Amino acid sequence: MQNYWWLIMSVLGALLVFLLMVQGGQSMLIHYTKPDKRALLINSMGRKWELTYTTLVTFGGAFFASFPLFYSTSFGGAYWLWMLILFSFVIQAISYEYRSKPGNIYGSRFYDTLLLINGIVGPVLLGVAVATMFFGAEFTVTKSNILNVQGSSISQWGPKHGIEAIFCWRNLLFGVMVFFLARTLASLYFINNIDDEEVNASQRHLLLVNAGVFVPLFVAVVVVILTSAGVGYDDSGNAQWVAYKYLHNFLSMWWALVILLIGVVMVLFGIGKTLMKGDYKQGIWPAGIGTVLVVMTLFWVVGYNNTAYLPSLLDVQSSLTLRNSSSSEFTLTVMSVVSILVPFVLAYIAYCWYKMDRRKLTSDELNNTDHKY
Amino acid sequence: MEELINVVDWSRAQFALTAIYHWLFVPLTLGLGIIVAVMETIYLKTKSEKWLATTKFWMTIFGVNFAIGVATGIILEFEFGTNWSNYSWFVGDIFGAPLAVEGILAFFMESTFIAVMFFGWKKVSPKFHLAATWLTAIGASLSALWILVANAWMQYPTGCEFNPATMRNEMTSFAAVALSPMAMSKFFHTVLSAWTLGGAFVCGVCGWMLLKKRNYDHCQRSLKIGAWVGVIGIVLTMITGDTSAITVAKYQPMKLAAMEGLYKGDHGQSIVAFGILNPGKQPFDDKDPYLFDISIPYGLSFLATHDYKAFVPGIEDIINGVSYDNEGNPVNTVSYAERMERGRQLQEMLSQYGSAMNNGSAVAQDSLKAAINADFKNFGYGYLDKPEEAVPNVALTFYTFHFMVTVGGYLLAFLLLALLFAYKPKIVDNAKWKKWWYILAIITVPLTYLCSASGWIVAEVGRQPWTIQDLMPNKVAISDLSAGYVQVTFWIFAVVFTALLIADIGIICKQISKKSQTDLDTVND
Repeated sequence: MQNYWWLIMSVLGALLVFLLMVQGGQSMLIHYTKPDKRALLINSMGRKWELTYTTLVTFGGAFFASFPLFYSTSFGGAYWLWMLILFSFVIQAISYEYRSKPGNIYGSRFYDTLLLINGIVGPVLLGVAVATMFFGAEFTVTKSNILNVQGSSISQWGPKHGIEAIFCWRNLLFGVMVFFLARTLASLYFINNIDDEEVNASQRHLLLVNAGVFVPLFVAVVVVILTSAGVGYDDSGNAQWVAYKYLHNFLSMWWALVILLIGVVMVLFGIGKTLMKGDYKQGIWPAGIGTVLVVMTLFWVVGYNNTAYLPSLLDVQSSLTLRNSSSSEFTLTVMSVVSILVPFVLAYIAYCWYKMDRRKLTSDELNNTDHKY
Repeated sequence: MEELINVVDWSRAQFALTAIYHWLFVPLTLGLGIIVAVMETIYLKTKSEKWLATTKFWMTIFGVNFAIGVATGIILEFEFGTNWSNYSWFVGDIFGAPLAVEGILAFFMESTFIAVMFFGWKKVSPKFHLAATWLTAIGASLSALWILVANAWMQYPTGCEFNPATMRNEMTSFAAVALSPMAMSKFFHTVLSAWTLGGAFVCGVCGWMLLKKRNYDHCQRSLKIGAWVGVIGIVLTMITGDTSAITVAKYQPMKLAAMEGLYKGDHGQSIVAFGILNPGKQPFDDKDPYLFDISIPYGLSFLATHDYKAFVPGIEDIINGVSYDNEGNPVNTVSYAERMERGRQLQEMLSQYGSAMNNGSAVAQDSLKAAINADFKNFGYGYLDKPEEAVPNVALTFYTFHFMVTVGGYLLAFLLLALLFAYKPKIVDNAKWKKWWYILAIITVPLTYLCSASGWIVAEVGRQPWTIQDLMPNKVAISDLSAGYVQVTFWIFAVVFTALLIADIGIICKQISKKSQTDLDTVND
């Protein structure tokens, strides 16, 4: 049941990374000065931002329900990391709705700046947070601390409370890679969603630049992960550092490696065909599906095969594993019944997405509607 | 220790700040969502362009308000982890489930269909659009259901068992958690109060437009729906409020005593209709609790139990463990001093359990687990330094409760009149006092917001010092943070949310002002 819930988390996490294309798109506002082109981009993303937001919230809620010790340890410990992420999403949530409304006392530029901040900070720091799952963090867990009447926390984190995670080069590399992935996906999405020659041409140019940065970064991240040590544990729960743990996991779980490769090929296909064929606009779909597949396999190698998905750099026995951090069997089973509805939820999202995006966004549409961003 | 208190206080302040800001926007989303859905239903049935224009007018306001509700909501969910780390582990097995269900079942419904609602007028069929509007409103209410289930569980922990091996509570019955009497009364009372607020908001906005002599017909259409939803809301809020009182009396008697400023209870206990508390009053001194009060005989006994002769314990009775049945016989309850002692014994047993685990003594573990669970309802008292620590802020609970009830009564009268005038508009149109009626409608909007916030203050302040009733006080629930860190984020939240609130109010006012100057009997696009 713990494995099943890690699978659900991997699906949610993968969908979140895919939907970070909204943030990637926001980070591109800096490239557009013409109001009508900015409006096209913002309105295109504005019809999807809530899906990203909701996926993030659901990802958090599902983590709380299925692996509460992670929620308790990472969120309470890496306080500044998570707070910065949250602040960046708070300022995003109102910006779309407020930016073009009369009476928005701070002006459209202010809200566009907030979108830009979220577009950069969100993907980078979410990437950093996920990277701590591979490269570890400075914490200890002592559950008996709950008996301390002085209010000592069961999870103790280093004094910098997440700042140190942001400035760890491996985490940062991961975060920057996620950022350029988000921008790459954003370009593919805009090419698909906006019917405007000028936007189309500029996005193909941006795709070339961003994919050109993303691909080497992705290769670097994969190399770093495969050469890094991870924490493994035996049947009695004893944890220890294992050299090349994630490489071993890929080799042990060959099917994950196959799916990873399929995902990589799909991403490269989506990018490559879009760049090579000027009239091809469907690249977001192979690249998006490929992204989901790749991210899922990363979750699998960090959590399955007796691997600690949040290694402790201070006390290896405190490392969080699917076994020692999960909810009870009963709760996971109850939640599994609810998870049966996930395909139904995905189906109606897909149906609505299809209905709304059948006709591509144009300036004419924006000029003839009373609700726009 | 001083540092610890600061962390607890700042963490509480931060949570209270974000919750209060969040609740400024959520009730309007819940109430206006239903109103907009009803309006669009009428439009689809009548095919009247006027109803379409009216629907779109309120939908715009709904959208502005919805965005900031979403913005303030994300913080609340994650704050359980960031600031209440011990809590997240201690009860995450139970508390996390409703949050996850909320995400899967409610948030996705809202976020998917709200896009169709705003941008799908020309992209989907009218029936599909109407379904999207209803699903957005239903999604918002479903979201409220699950978060209120989670909140109710904190007030009345049920359907769980403590596992000393994992040092946490674990769920044993999802149905008991989701359908507890506390959860049901809280859900209906809260959501229906939001309908009241939505109705009052529509009446207030229409009052302003009529005062300015703008869009008379649009206002009359809006008032009919707003007043109906408001009246249904306030009547049902009062009925569910009665259920809430009984639930609180049963499971949180200390909160009920604080709501009434009652220190020594009695059979046939009166209820304070209006009163001023004696600010110097402390438990077990001889001072009168009130400087002034007007009370209704037998009122509290009836409210709390539906039996006008029943004994209602006061704060001192509860601390001393004193209660009586209807025949006046003492009921066997446990004093707080004894509960504290038992709580400490439980903590000692938990330490022994840890040793038994290390020694591999299964027999000792089984017997200790059975003993711990048999008395676990006293566990949290072991953390208290003195019994009086378990008494909430009486003044804040008392005044907000009485304010809520008073304004609730006023709202019933106001909304009934609004409904009457919506169907007989000539009564107001021909009256000399119509200007004052419109002004009253405008003033009612902030009053309703204050009433709604007061309800939450009663619910949350009244259960202090417990994060989880009887099991975990605030000071044990916290994360390993310095007070300075939380202080910084508190002020950032305060500044950001205040700035957003100013922007929100500015946009809503401008939208109302600007659109009210256009013809709201026709659709512009």
